[in-house]
Amino acid sequence: MTGWAYVRCLNGILAREGLRFLHQRERFFGALVRPLVWLFIFAAGFRSVLGVSIIPPYETYILYEEYIVPGLVAMILLFSGMQSSLSMVYDREMGSMRLLMVSPFPRWYLLLSKLIAGALVAVVQVYIFLAIAWFWGVQPPPLGVLLVFPALILSALMLGALGLFLSSVIKQLENFAGVMNFVIFPMFFASSALYPLWRIRDSSVLLYDICRFNPFTWAVELIRFALYAEVNWLALLGVSGALLVFLLAALYGYDPGRGMMRFKQGG
Amino acid sequence: MLQRTSALLGLCLLAPLGAQAYTAYVSSEKDNTITVVDGERLEIKKTVEVGARPRGIALSKDNRALYVCTSDEDHIEVLDLASLEVTHNLPSGPDPELLVLGPQGRFLYVANEDDNMVTVVDVEDRSKVTEIQVGVEPEGMGVSPDGKWLVNTSETTNMAHFIDIAKHEVVANVLVDQRPRVAQFTPDSQQVWVSSEIGGTVSVIDVATKEKIKVIEFAIPGMRRELIQPVGIRITDDGSRAFVALGPAARVAVVDTKTFAVEKYLLVGQRVWNLDFSPDQSRMFTTNGVSNDMSVIDMEKLKVLKTIPVGRLPWGVVVAP
Repeated sequence: MTGWAYVRCLNGILAREGLRFLHQRERFFGALVRPLVWLFIFAAGFRSVLGVSIIPPYETYILYEEYIVPGLVAMILLFSGMQSSLSMVYDREMGSMRLLMVSPFPRWYLLLSKLIAGALVAVVQVYIFLAIAWFWGVQPPPLGVLLVFPALILSALMLGALGLFLSSVIKQLENFAGVMNFVIFPMFFASSALYPLWRIRDSSVLLYDICRFNPFTWAVELIRFALYAEVNWLALLGVSGALLVFLLAALYGYDPGRGMMRFKQGG
Repeated sequence: MLQRTSALLGLCLLAPLGAQAYTAYVSSEKDNTITVVDGERLEIKKTVEVGARPRGIALSKDNRALYVCTSDEDHIEVLDLASLEVTHNLPSGPDPELLVLGPQGRFLYVANEDDNMVTVVDVEDRSKVTEIQVGVEPEGMGVSPDGKWLVNTSETTNMAHFIDIAKHEVVANVLVDQRPRVAQFTPDSQQVWVSSEIGGTVSVIDVATKEKIKVIEFAIPGMRRELIQPVGIRITDDGSRAFVALGPAARVAVVDTKTFAVEKYLLVGQRVWNLDFSPDQSRMFTTNGVSNDMSVIDMEKLKVLKTIPVGRLPWGVVVAP
Protein backbone atom coordinates (compact mmCIF):
# COMPACT_ATOMS: atom_id res chain seq x y z
CA MET A 1 0.00 0.00 0.00
CA THR A 2 1.35 3.41 -0.89
CA GLY A 3 1.29 6.55 1.23
CA TRP A 4 -1.25 7.91 -1.21
CA ALA A 5 -3.71 5.23 -0.23
CA TYR A 6 -3.37 6.30 3.41
CA VAL A 7 -4.20 9.87 2.46
CA ARG A 8 -7.25 8.69 0.51
CA CYS A 9 -8.40 6.66 3.46
CA LEU A 10 -8.06 9.67 5.82
CA ASN A 11 -9.90 11.80 3.26
CA GLY A 12 -12.73 9.33 3.10
CA ILE A 13 -13.16 9.25 6.86
CA LEU A 14 -12.89 13.06 7.07
CA ALA A 15 -15.53 13.45 4.38
CA ARG A 16 -17.83 11.00 6.12
CA GLU A 17 -17.49 12.76 9.44
CA GLY A 18 -17.93 16.16 7.77
CA LEU A 19 -21.08 15.01 5.99
CA ARG A 20 -22.48 13.56 9.16
CA PHE A 21 -21.87 16.91 10.85
CA LEU A 22 -23.52 18.86 8.03
CA HIS A 23 -26.52 16.58 7.75
CA GLN A 24 -27.26 16.32 11.43
CA ARG A 25 -28.34 19.92 11.93
CA GLU A 26 -29.87 19.12 15.31
CA ARG A 27 -26.51 17.88 16.49
CA PHE A 28 -24.82 21.03 15.27
CA PHE A 29 -27.32 23.34 16.94
CA GLY A 30 -27.34 21.18 20.03
CA ALA A 31 -23.60 21.47 20.29
CA LEU A 32 -23.87 25.24 19.98
CA VAL A 33 -26.92 25.85 22.14
CA ARG A 34 -25.45 24.02 25.13
CA PRO A 35 -22.49 26.37 25.75
CA LEU A 36 -24.53 29.42 24.72
CA VAL A 37 -27.13 28.68 27.39
CA TRP A 38 -24.30 28.60 29.93
CA LEU A 39 -22.84 31.82 28.60
CA PHE A 40 -26.06 33.82 28.19
CA ILE A 41 -28.04 32.59 31.18
CA PHE A 42 -25.86 30.88 33.75
CA ALA A 43 -23.01 33.39 33.54
CA ALA A 44 -25.44 36.30 33.68
CA GLY A 45 -26.57 35.14 37.11
CA PHE A 46 -23.03 35.01 38.43
CA ARG A 47 -21.57 38.07 36.76
CA SER A 48 -19.47 39.38 39.61
CA VAL A 49 -18.94 36.26 41.72
CA LEU A 50 -15.25 35.76 41.11
CA GLY A 51 -14.31 38.24 43.82
CA VAL A 52 -11.11 40.12 44.35
CA SER A 53 -8.42 37.98 42.81
CA ILE A 54 -6.43 38.12 39.62
CA ILE A 55 -5.30 34.67 38.47
CA PRO A 56 -3.03 33.94 35.51
CA PRO A 57 -3.33 34.18 32.55
CA TYR A 58 -5.61 37.15 33.28
CA GLU A 59 -3.87 40.44 34.02
CA THR A 60 -6.81 42.35 35.40
CA TYR A 61 -10.28 41.82 36.86
CA ILE A 62 -12.69 39.92 34.63
CA LEU A 63 -16.39 39.20 34.59
CA TYR A 64 -17.61 35.65 35.13
CA GLU A 65 -18.67 35.30 31.51
CA GLU A 66 -15.10 35.87 30.43
CA TYR A 67 -13.88 33.29 32.92
CA ILE A 68 -16.12 30.46 31.77
CA VAL A 69 -15.58 30.79 28.01
CA PRO A 70 -12.49 28.49 27.95
CA GLY A 71 -14.42 25.98 30.07
CA LEU A 72 -17.35 26.09 27.66
CA VAL A 73 -14.98 25.63 24.74
CA ALA A 74 -13.62 22.51 26.44
CA MET A 75 -17.21 21.42 27.05
CA ILE A 76 -17.86 21.55 23.30
CA LEU A 77 -14.82 19.34 22.76
CA LEU A 78 -15.91 16.94 25.51
CA PHE A 79 -19.43 16.52 24.13
CA SER A 80 -18.11 16.23 20.60
CA GLY A 81 -15.60 13.58 21.64
CA MET A 82 -18.31 11.60 23.40
CA GLN A 83 -20.74 12.01 20.53
CA SER A 84 -18.19 10.80 18.03
CA SER A 85 -17.66 7.69 20.14
CA LEU A 86 -21.41 7.30 20.39
CA SER A 87 -21.41 7.09 16.62
CA MET A 88 -18.85 4.28 16.89
CA VAL A 89 -21.28 2.27 18.99
CA TYR A 90 -23.98 3.07 16.44
CA ASP A 91 -21.72 2.08 13.56
CA ARG A 92 -20.98 -1.17 15.25
CA GLU A 93 -24.63 -1.97 15.78
CA MET A 94 -25.52 -1.04 12.21
CA GLY A 95 -22.66 -2.99 10.75
CA SER A 96 -21.01 -0.14 8.91
CA MET A 97 -18.01 -0.44 11.17
CA ARG A 98 -17.34 -3.91 9.90
CA LEU A 99 -17.04 -2.44 6.45
CA LEU A 100 -14.34 -0.12 7.70
CA MET A 101 -12.58 -2.71 9.76
CA VAL A 102 -12.16 -5.17 6.91
CA SER A 103 -10.24 -2.57 4.90
CA PRO A 104 -6.56 -3.42 4.46
CA PHE A 105 -5.41 -0.43 6.56
CA PRO A 106 -4.07 -1.06 10.03
CA ARG A 107 -6.62 -0.62 12.76
CA TRP A 108 -4.65 2.08 14.62
CA TYR A 109 -4.62 4.16 11.45
CA LEU A 110 -8.36 3.88 10.99
CA LEU A 111 -9.03 4.83 14.60
CA LEU A 112 -6.59 7.73 14.46
CA SER A 113 -8.20 9.01 11.25
CA LYS A 114 -11.55 8.82 12.95
CA LEU A 115 -10.16 10.79 15.91
CA ILE A 116 -8.67 13.49 13.68
CA ALA A 117 -11.93 13.83 11.77
CA GLY A 118 -13.86 14.18 15.02
CA ALA A 119 -11.39 16.75 16.36
CA LEU A 120 -11.64 18.92 13.25
CA VAL A 121 -15.43 18.93 13.39
CA ALA A 122 -15.29 19.88 17.07
CA VAL A 123 -12.85 22.74 16.42
CA VAL A 124 -15.17 24.18 13.77
CA GLN A 125 -17.93 24.26 16.41
CA VAL A 126 -15.57 25.96 18.86
CA TYR A 127 -14.71 28.76 16.45
CA ILE A 128 -18.39 29.42 15.75
CA PHE A 129 -18.98 29.59 19.51
CA LEU A 130 -15.99 31.94 19.97
CA ALA A 131 -17.36 34.21 17.24
CA ILE A 132 -20.71 34.48 19.05
CA ALA A 133 -18.95 35.05 22.39
CA TRP A 134 -16.96 37.84 20.71
CA PHE A 135 -20.18 39.70 19.95
CA TRP A 136 -21.30 39.05 23.50
CA GLY A 137 -18.28 41.05 24.67
CA VAL A 138 -15.83 38.26 25.47
CA GLN A 139 -12.91 39.33 23.32
CA PRO A 140 -9.60 37.56 23.88
CA PRO A 141 -6.60 38.99 21.97
CA PRO A 142 -6.73 38.10 18.24
CA LEU A 143 -3.34 36.40 18.50
CA GLY A 144 -4.76 34.14 21.20
CA VAL A 145 -7.70 33.16 19.00
CA LEU A 146 -5.13 31.97 16.44
CA LEU A 147 -2.77 30.32 18.93
CA VAL A 148 -5.57 28.41 20.61
CA PHE A 149 -5.91 26.21 17.50
CA PRO A 150 -3.20 23.63 18.39
CA ALA A 151 -4.46 23.58 21.99
CA LEU A 152 -7.96 22.85 20.70
CA ILE A 153 -6.78 20.05 18.40
CA LEU A 154 -4.72 18.41 21.15
CA SER A 155 -7.55 18.65 23.69
CA ALA A 156 -10.10 17.40 21.15
CA LEU A 157 -7.89 14.40 20.34
CA MET A 158 -7.45 13.64 24.05
CA LEU A 159 -11.18 13.80 24.82
CA GLY A 160 -11.98 11.94 21.58
CA ALA A 161 -9.53 9.18 22.54
CA LEU A 162 -11.25 8.91 25.91
CA GLY A 163 -14.59 8.54 24.13
CA LEU A 164 -13.12 5.97 21.76
CA PHE A 165 -11.84 3.94 24.68
CA LEU A 166 -15.23 4.14 26.41
CA SER A 167 -17.01 3.08 23.24
CA SER A 168 -14.82 0.00 23.06
CA VAL A 169 -16.05 -0.99 26.50
CA ILE A 170 -19.72 -0.39 25.83
CA LYS A 171 -21.74 -3.14 24.26
CA GLN A 172 -24.95 -1.43 23.35
CA LEU A 173 -26.26 2.00 22.56
CA GLU A 174 -28.48 2.03 25.65
CA ASN A 175 -25.53 1.70 27.99
CA PHE A 176 -24.06 4.85 26.62
CA ALA A 177 -26.39 7.22 28.45
CA GLY A 178 -25.11 5.86 31.75
CA VAL A 179 -21.53 6.46 30.76
CA MET A 180 -22.40 10.01 29.76
CA ASN A 181 -23.74 10.55 33.26
CA PHE A 182 -20.75 8.92 34.89
CA VAL A 183 -18.14 10.56 32.68
CA ILE A 184 -19.29 13.88 31.25
CA PHE A 185 -20.92 15.42 34.30
CA PRO A 186 -18.29 14.51 36.90
CA MET A 187 -15.52 15.53 34.51
CA PHE A 188 -17.13 18.86 33.72
CA PHE A 189 -18.12 19.89 37.23
CA ALA A 190 -14.98 18.66 38.97
CA SER A 191 -12.78 20.93 36.90
CA SER A 192 -11.69 24.54 36.59
CA ALA A 193 -14.28 25.14 33.84
CA LEU A 194 -16.87 26.87 36.02
CA TYR A 195 -14.88 28.12 38.98
CA PRO A 196 -11.21 28.75 39.71
CA LEU A 197 -9.68 25.94 41.75
CA TRP A 198 -8.68 28.24 44.63
CA ARG A 199 -12.39 28.67 45.26
CA ILE A 200 -12.83 24.90 45.52
CA ARG A 201 -9.85 24.59 47.86
CA ASP A 202 -11.64 26.96 50.24
CA SER A 203 -14.35 24.35 50.78
CA SER A 204 -12.62 21.01 50.33
CA VAL A 205 -8.96 20.08 49.81
CA LEU A 206 -9.89 16.58 48.64
CA LEU A 207 -12.18 17.95 45.96
CA TYR A 208 -9.44 20.39 45.00
CA ASP A 209 -7.01 17.50 44.46
CA ILE A 210 -9.58 15.58 42.43
CA CYS A 211 -10.10 18.63 40.23
CA ARG A 212 -6.38 19.16 39.88
CA PHE A 213 -5.81 15.67 38.51
CA ASN A 214 -8.82 15.70 36.21
CA PRO A 215 -7.59 15.58 32.58
CA PHE A 216 -10.49 17.85 31.68
CA THR A 217 -9.03 20.56 33.97
CA TRP A 218 -5.76 20.30 32.05
CA ALA A 219 -7.60 20.74 28.77
CA VAL A 220 -9.50 23.77 30.14
CA GLU A 221 -6.32 25.41 31.44
CA LEU A 222 -4.36 24.64 28.26
CA ILE A 223 -7.13 26.34 26.25
CA ARG A 224 -7.49 29.22 28.74
CA PHE A 225 -3.79 30.12 28.58
CA ALA A 226 -3.56 29.62 24.80
CA LEU A 227 -6.56 31.90 24.32
CA TYR A 228 -4.50 34.66 25.97
CA ALA A 229 -1.41 33.78 23.91
CA GLU A 230 0.36 31.96 26.72
CA VAL A 231 1.47 28.35 27.23
CA ASN A 232 0.59 26.44 30.40
CA TRP A 233 3.36 23.81 30.18
CA LEU A 234 2.00 21.66 32.98
CA ALA A 235 -1.40 21.47 31.29
CA LEU A 236 0.27 20.75 27.94
CA LEU A 237 2.18 17.86 29.51
CA GLY A 238 -0.98 16.58 31.20
CA VAL A 239 -3.11 16.69 28.05
CA SER A 240 -0.39 15.03 25.94
CA GLY A 241 0.12 12.30 28.53
CA ALA A 242 -3.62 11.67 28.84
CA LEU A 243 -3.93 11.52 25.05
CA LEU A 244 -1.26 8.84 24.90
CA VAL A 245 -2.82 6.77 27.68
CA PHE A 246 -6.38 6.99 26.31
CA LEU A 247 -5.22 6.27 22.77
CA LEU A 248 -3.30 3.15 23.82
CA ALA A 249 -6.29 2.02 25.88
CA ALA A 250 -8.63 2.55 22.91
CA LEU A 251 -6.31 0.63 20.55
CA TYR A 252 -6.18 -2.16 23.06
CA GLY A 253 -9.93 -2.08 23.43
CA TYR A 254 -10.46 -2.33 19.68
CA ASP A 255 -7.93 -5.10 19.18
CA PRO A 256 -10.08 -8.17 18.40
CA GLY A 257 -7.33 -10.50 19.58
CA ARG A 258 -6.91 -9.12 23.07
CA GLY A 259 -9.21 -6.30 23.89
CA MET A 260 -12.69 -5.76 25.12
CA MET A 261 -14.21 -6.84 21.82
CA ARG A 262 -13.48 -10.46 22.69
CA PHE A 263 -15.02 -10.26 26.14
CA LYS A 264 -18.14 -8.86 24.66
CA GLN A 265 -18.70 -11.60 22.20
CA GLY A 266 -19.14 -13.99 25.09
CA GLY A 267 -21.43 -11.66 27.03
CA MET B 1 22.18 56.49 0.99
CA LEU B 2 22.63 53.49 3.26
CA GLN B 3 23.69 55.79 6.06
CA ARG B 4 20.64 57.94 5.64
CA THR B 5 18.35 54.92 5.60
CA SER B 6 19.83 53.50 8.76
CA ALA B 7 19.63 56.90 10.45
CA LEU B 8 15.99 57.14 9.46
CA LEU B 9 15.40 53.61 10.71
CA GLY B 10 17.07 54.52 13.98
CA LEU B 11 14.80 57.54 14.36
CA CYS B 12 11.72 55.43 13.67
CA LEU B 13 12.77 52.97 16.34
CA LEU B 14 13.62 55.63 18.90
CA ALA B 15 10.69 57.94 18.37
CA PRO B 16 7.92 55.78 19.84
CA LEU B 17 10.09 54.84 22.80
CA GLY B 18 10.86 58.47 23.54
CA ALA B 19 7.22 59.48 23.23
CA GLN B 20 6.04 56.81 25.63
CA ALA B 21 8.52 57.22 28.46
CA TYR B 22 6.47 58.42 31.38
CA THR B 23 6.05 57.70 35.05
CA ALA B 24 2.97 57.30 37.23
CA TYR B 25 3.04 58.38 40.88
CA VAL B 26 0.52 56.87 43.30
CA SER B 27 -0.09 58.06 46.87
CA SER B 28 -0.96 55.32 49.37
CA GLU B 29 -3.01 56.65 52.25
CA LYS B 30 -2.28 53.76 54.63
CA ASP B 31 1.34 52.99 53.75
CA ASN B 32 2.38 56.66 53.79
CA THR B 33 4.24 56.21 50.54
CA ILE B 34 4.41 57.40 46.97
CA THR B 35 4.78 54.46 44.55
CA VAL B 36 6.75 55.26 41.40
CA VAL B 37 5.58 53.16 38.42
CA ASP B 38 7.12 52.89 34.95
CA GLY B 39 4.12 53.87 32.83
CA GLU B 40 5.24 51.93 29.78
CA ARG B 41 6.42 48.66 31.31
CA LEU B 42 3.96 48.87 34.20
CA GLU B 43 6.56 47.91 36.77
CA ILE B 44 7.15 49.50 40.16
CA LYS B 45 10.43 51.40 40.07
CA LYS B 46 10.56 52.61 43.65
CA THR B 47 8.46 53.22 46.74
CA VAL B 48 9.19 56.49 48.55
CA GLU B 49 8.23 57.16 52.17
CA VAL B 50 6.51 60.47 52.82
CA GLY B 51 4.59 62.01 55.74
CA ALA B 52 1.43 60.61 57.31
CA ARG B 53 -1.65 59.99 55.18
CA PRO B 54 -0.70 61.20 51.72
CA ARG B 55 -3.82 61.84 49.62
CA GLY B 56 -4.09 64.52 46.92
CA ILE B 57 -1.01 64.92 44.70
CA ALA B 58 -0.16 67.38 41.91
CA LEU B 59 2.76 67.93 39.57
CA SER B 60 4.73 71.16 39.46
CA LYS B 61 4.51 73.19 36.26
CA ASP B 62 7.98 72.06 35.13
CA ASN B 63 7.13 68.40 36.02
CA ARG B 64 10.16 68.24 38.30
CA ALA B 65 8.41 68.10 41.65
CA LEU B 66 5.35 66.48 43.17
CA TYR B 67 3.21 68.32 45.72
CA VAL B 68 1.82 65.84 48.24
CA CYS B 69 -1.03 66.63 50.67
CA THR B 70 0.16 64.76 53.76
CA SER B 71 -3.15 65.20 55.54
CA ASP B 72 -2.15 64.11 59.07
CA GLU B 73 1.01 66.25 59.03
CA ASP B 74 -1.01 69.42 58.24
CA HIS B 75 1.37 70.48 55.50
CA ILE B 76 2.28 69.82 51.88
CA GLU B 77 5.49 67.94 51.13
CA VAL B 78 7.45 68.70 47.97
CA LEU B 79 8.99 65.58 46.46
CA ASP B 80 11.86 66.16 44.04
CA LEU B 81 11.27 63.73 41.17
CA ALA B 82 14.93 63.44 40.17
CA SER B 83 16.28 62.45 43.58
CA LEU B 84 12.92 61.11 44.89
CA GLU B 85 13.49 62.90 48.18
CA VAL B 86 11.30 65.36 50.01
CA THR B 87 13.15 68.66 49.69
CA HIS B 88 10.90 70.95 51.71
CA ASN B 89 7.40 71.48 53.06
CA LEU B 90 4.79 74.08 52.19
CA PRO B 91 2.26 75.52 54.64
CA SER B 92 -1.27 74.37 53.88
CA GLY B 93 -3.60 74.89 56.81
CA PRO B 94 -5.00 71.88 58.71
CA ASP B 95 -5.86 68.54 57.06
CA PRO B 96 -5.09 69.27 53.40
CA GLU B 97 -6.87 66.73 51.21
CA LEU B 98 -6.99 67.83 47.59
CA LEU B 99 -5.00 70.44 45.78
CA VAL B 100 -4.71 71.97 42.37
CA LEU B 101 -1.99 74.08 40.77
CA GLY B 102 -2.96 77.30 39.00
CA PRO B 103 -2.18 77.53 35.27
CA GLN B 104 0.80 79.82 35.89
CA GLY B 105 2.32 77.23 38.20
CA ARG B 106 2.94 79.61 41.07
CA PHE B 107 -0.12 79.24 43.28
CA LEU B 108 -1.42 76.05 44.80
CA TYR B 109 -5.06 75.94 45.89
CA VAL B 110 -5.60 73.54 48.78
CA ALA B 111 -8.85 72.27 50.32
CA ASN B 112 -8.67 72.04 54.13
CA GLU B 113 -11.25 69.44 55.06
CA ASP B 114 -11.35 70.31 58.78
CA ASP B 115 -11.69 74.10 58.86
CA ASN B 116 -13.90 74.96 55.85
CA MET B 117 -11.19 76.91 54.07
CA VAL B 118 -9.40 76.93 50.74
CA THR B 119 -5.78 77.94 51.30
CA VAL B 120 -3.79 79.68 48.56
CA VAL B 121 -0.09 78.80 48.74
CA ASP B 122 2.78 80.47 46.88
CA VAL B 123 5.15 77.66 45.88
CA GLU B 124 8.05 80.06 45.18
CA ASP B 125 7.93 82.05 48.42
CA ARG B 126 6.78 78.89 50.23
CA SER B 127 4.19 80.98 52.04
CA LYS B 128 0.47 81.06 52.62
CA VAL B 129 -1.05 83.88 50.53
CA THR B 130 -4.60 83.88 51.77
CA GLU B 131 -7.49 81.74 52.96
CA ILE B 132 -10.94 81.69 51.39
CA GLN B 133 -13.99 80.72 53.43
CA VAL B 134 -16.11 78.05 51.69
CA GLY B 135 -18.74 75.46 52.75
CA VAL B 136 -18.43 72.67 55.30
CA GLU B 137 -15.82 69.96 54.53
CA PRO B 138 -14.19 71.36 51.40
CA GLU B 139 -12.98 68.64 49.11
CA GLY B 140 -12.81 68.85 45.31
CA MET B 141 -10.62 71.47 43.62
CA GLY B 142 -10.79 72.39 39.96
CA VAL B 143 -9.09 75.23 38.16
CA SER B 144 -10.18 76.42 34.73
CA PRO B 145 -7.50 76.15 32.02
CA ASP B 146 -7.98 79.86 31.21
CA GLY B 147 -6.97 80.67 34.79
CA LYS B 148 -10.10 82.65 35.67
CA TRP B 149 -12.02 80.25 37.89
CA LEU B 150 -11.42 77.99 40.79
CA VAL B 151 -14.20 75.62 41.80
CA ASN B 152 -14.23 74.04 45.22
CA THR B 153 -16.82 71.50 46.36
CA SER B 154 -17.93 71.11 49.97
CA GLU B 155 -18.97 67.63 51.04
CA THR B 156 -21.50 68.58 53.68
CA THR B 157 -22.93 71.79 52.20
CA ASN B 158 -23.34 69.94 48.88
CA MET B 159 -22.25 72.93 46.83
CA ALA B 160 -19.81 73.85 44.10
CA HIS B 161 -18.27 77.21 45.06
CA PHE B 162 -17.08 79.38 42.16
CA ILE B 163 -14.07 81.40 43.24
CA ASP B 164 -12.82 84.31 41.11
CA ILE B 165 -9.08 83.67 41.04
CA ALA B 166 -8.17 87.35 40.51
CA LYS B 167 -10.11 88.45 43.60
CA HIS B 168 -9.86 85.28 45.68
CA GLU B 169 -13.57 85.61 46.41
CA VAL B 170 -16.52 83.24 46.19
CA VAL B 171 -18.88 84.75 43.61
CA ALA B 172 -21.39 81.95 43.09
CA ASN B 173 -22.58 78.72 44.69
CA VAL B 174 -24.29 75.91 42.80
CA LEU B 175 -26.22 73.24 44.69
CA VAL B 176 -25.34 69.74 43.53
CA ASP B 177 -26.19 66.20 44.71
CA GLN B 178 -24.99 64.78 48.01
CA ARG B 179 -21.32 64.76 48.92
CA PRO B 180 -19.57 66.38 45.96
CA ARG B 181 -16.03 65.04 45.65
CA VAL B 182 -14.23 66.20 42.53
CA ALA B 183 -14.51 69.22 40.20
CA GLN B 184 -13.04 69.03 36.72
CA PHE B 185 -13.13 71.70 33.99
CA THR B 186 -13.47 70.90 30.31
CA PRO B 187 -10.39 71.93 28.25
CA ASP B 188 -12.30 74.92 26.79
CA SER B 189 -13.10 76.19 30.34
CA GLN B 190 -16.81 76.41 29.49
CA GLN B 191 -18.07 73.62 31.73
CA VAL B 192 -17.17 72.18 35.08
CA TRP B 193 -18.09 68.60 35.95
CA VAL B 194 -18.76 67.81 39.61
CA SER B 195 -19.09 64.24 40.95
CA SER B 196 -21.43 63.49 43.87
CA GLU B 197 -20.37 60.42 45.81
CA ILE B 198 -23.57 59.72 47.76
CA GLY B 199 -25.93 61.20 45.16
CA GLY B 200 -24.39 58.86 42.60
CA THR B 201 -24.37 61.51 39.86
CA VAL B 202 -22.16 63.91 37.96
CA SER B 203 -23.45 67.49 37.54
CA VAL B 204 -22.34 69.41 34.49
CA ILE B 205 -22.32 73.14 35.24
CA ASP B 206 -22.14 75.89 32.63
CA VAL B 207 -19.40 78.30 33.70
CA ALA B 208 -20.92 81.39 32.06
CA THR B 209 -24.38 81.08 33.63
CA LYS B 210 -23.28 79.07 36.72
CA GLU B 211 -26.21 76.75 36.21
CA LYS B 212 -26.48 73.00 35.96
CA ILE B 213 -27.08 71.95 32.37
CA LYS B 214 -27.10 68.20 32.93
CA VAL B 215 -27.09 65.66 35.74
CA ILE B 216 -25.54 62.40 34.54
CA GLU B 217 -26.80 59.20 36.17
CA PHE B 218 -25.15 55.80 36.10
CA ALA B 219 -26.71 52.34 36.02
CA ILE B 220 -24.82 49.07 35.95
CA PRO B 221 -26.92 45.90 35.49
CA GLY B 222 -26.93 43.84 38.65
CA MET B 223 -25.21 46.54 40.71
CA ARG B 224 -26.97 48.14 43.69
CA ARG B 225 -27.40 51.85 43.15
CA GLU B 226 -25.77 52.84 46.43
CA LEU B 227 -22.56 51.14 45.33
CA ILE B 228 -22.25 53.57 42.43
CA GLN B 229 -20.25 56.40 43.99
CA PRO B 230 -18.68 58.73 41.44
CA VAL B 231 -15.40 60.32 42.55
CA GLY B 232 -12.52 60.98 40.13
CA ILE B 233 -13.21 62.65 36.77
CA ARG B 234 -10.87 63.16 33.83
CA ILE B 235 -11.72 64.71 30.45
CA THR B 236 -9.59 64.05 27.37
CA ASP B 237 -7.54 66.93 25.90
CA ASP B 238 -9.77 67.04 22.81
CA GLY B 239 -12.79 67.33 25.09
CA SER B 240 -14.62 64.41 23.50
CA ARG B 241 -14.78 61.95 26.36
CA ALA B 242 -15.01 62.03 30.13
CA PHE B 243 -13.98 59.20 32.45
CA VAL B 244 -15.68 58.87 35.82
CA ALA B 245 -14.42 56.56 38.60
CA LEU B 246 -17.42 54.91 40.31
CA GLY B 247 -15.86 53.85 43.64
CA PRO B 248 -17.24 50.60 45.15
CA ALA B 249 -18.92 49.74 41.83
CA ALA B 250 -15.38 48.91 40.62
CA ARG B 251 -16.09 50.50 37.25
CA VAL B 252 -14.89 53.49 35.27
CA ALA B 253 -17.68 55.05 33.21
CA VAL B 254 -16.84 56.36 29.74
CA VAL B 255 -19.06 59.37 28.97
CA ASP B 256 -19.60 61.10 25.63
CA THR B 257 -19.26 64.81 26.44
CA LYS B 258 -21.59 65.91 23.62
CA THR B 259 -24.57 63.68 24.39
CA PHE B 260 -23.70 63.03 28.08
CA ALA B 261 -24.49 59.36 27.42
CA VAL B 262 -22.47 56.62 29.12
CA GLU B 263 -20.76 54.65 26.36
CA LYS B 264 -19.22 51.91 28.40
CA TYR B 265 -18.34 50.70 31.90
CA LEU B 266 -14.82 49.35 32.36
CA LEU B 267 -14.22 46.81 35.12
CA VAL B 268 -11.34 47.79 37.42
CA GLY B 269 -10.43 47.11 41.08
CA GLN B 270 -12.52 47.77 44.18
CA ARG B 271 -13.25 51.37 45.24
CA VAL B 272 -11.73 53.08 42.24
CA TRP B 273 -10.95 56.63 43.37
CA ASN B 274 -8.81 58.81 41.14
CA LEU B 275 -7.66 58.80 37.53
CA ASP B 276 -4.99 60.27 35.29
CA PHE B 277 -3.98 60.06 31.63
CA SER B 278 -0.55 59.33 30.21
CA PRO B 279 0.94 62.45 28.53
CA ASP B 280 0.08 61.13 25.03
CA GLN B 281 -3.42 60.16 26.28
CA SER B 282 -2.98 56.57 25.09
CA ARG B 283 -3.45 55.14 28.55
CA MET B 284 -5.29 55.94 31.75
CA PHE B 285 -4.29 54.95 35.28
CA THR B 286 -6.73 54.38 38.15
CA THR B 287 -6.19 53.95 41.89
CA ASN B 288 -8.27 51.15 43.42
CA GLY B 289 -8.38 51.77 47.18
CA VAL B 290 -9.83 48.54 48.53
CA SER B 291 -8.09 46.04 46.26
CA ASN B 292 -4.80 47.94 46.72
CA ASP B 293 -3.91 48.10 43.08
CA MET B 294 -3.82 50.27 39.98
CA SER B 295 -5.61 49.48 36.72
CA VAL B 296 -4.27 50.58 33.35
CA ILE B 297 -6.75 51.34 30.57
CA ASP B 298 -6.01 51.34 26.84
CA MET B 299 -7.68 54.57 25.70
CA GLU B 300 -7.99 53.62 22.06
CA LYS B 301 -9.61 50.22 22.60
CA LEU B 302 -11.34 51.30 25.83
CA LYS B 303 -10.14 48.10 27.51
CA VAL B 304 -8.44 47.41 30.81
CA LEU B 305 -4.93 46.21 29.97
CA LYS B 306 -3.58 45.21 33.31
CA THR B 307 -4.00 45.66 37.05
CA ILE B 308 -0.88 45.85 39.17
CA PRO B 309 -0.54 45.91 42.97
CA VAL B 310 0.66 49.17 44.56
CA GLY B 311 0.71 50.25 48.24
CA ARG B 312 -2.17 49.90 50.70
CA LEU B 313 -5.14 52.23 50.16
CA PRO B 314 -3.92 53.85 46.95
CA TRP B 315 -5.55 57.28 46.72
CA GLY B 316 -4.18 59.79 44.20
CA VAL B 317 -2.43 59.26 40.87
CA VAL B 318 -0.60 61.62 38.51
CA VAL B 319 1.46 60.82 35.43
CA ALA B 320 4.56 62.82 34.52
CA PRO B 321 6.37 62.80 31.14
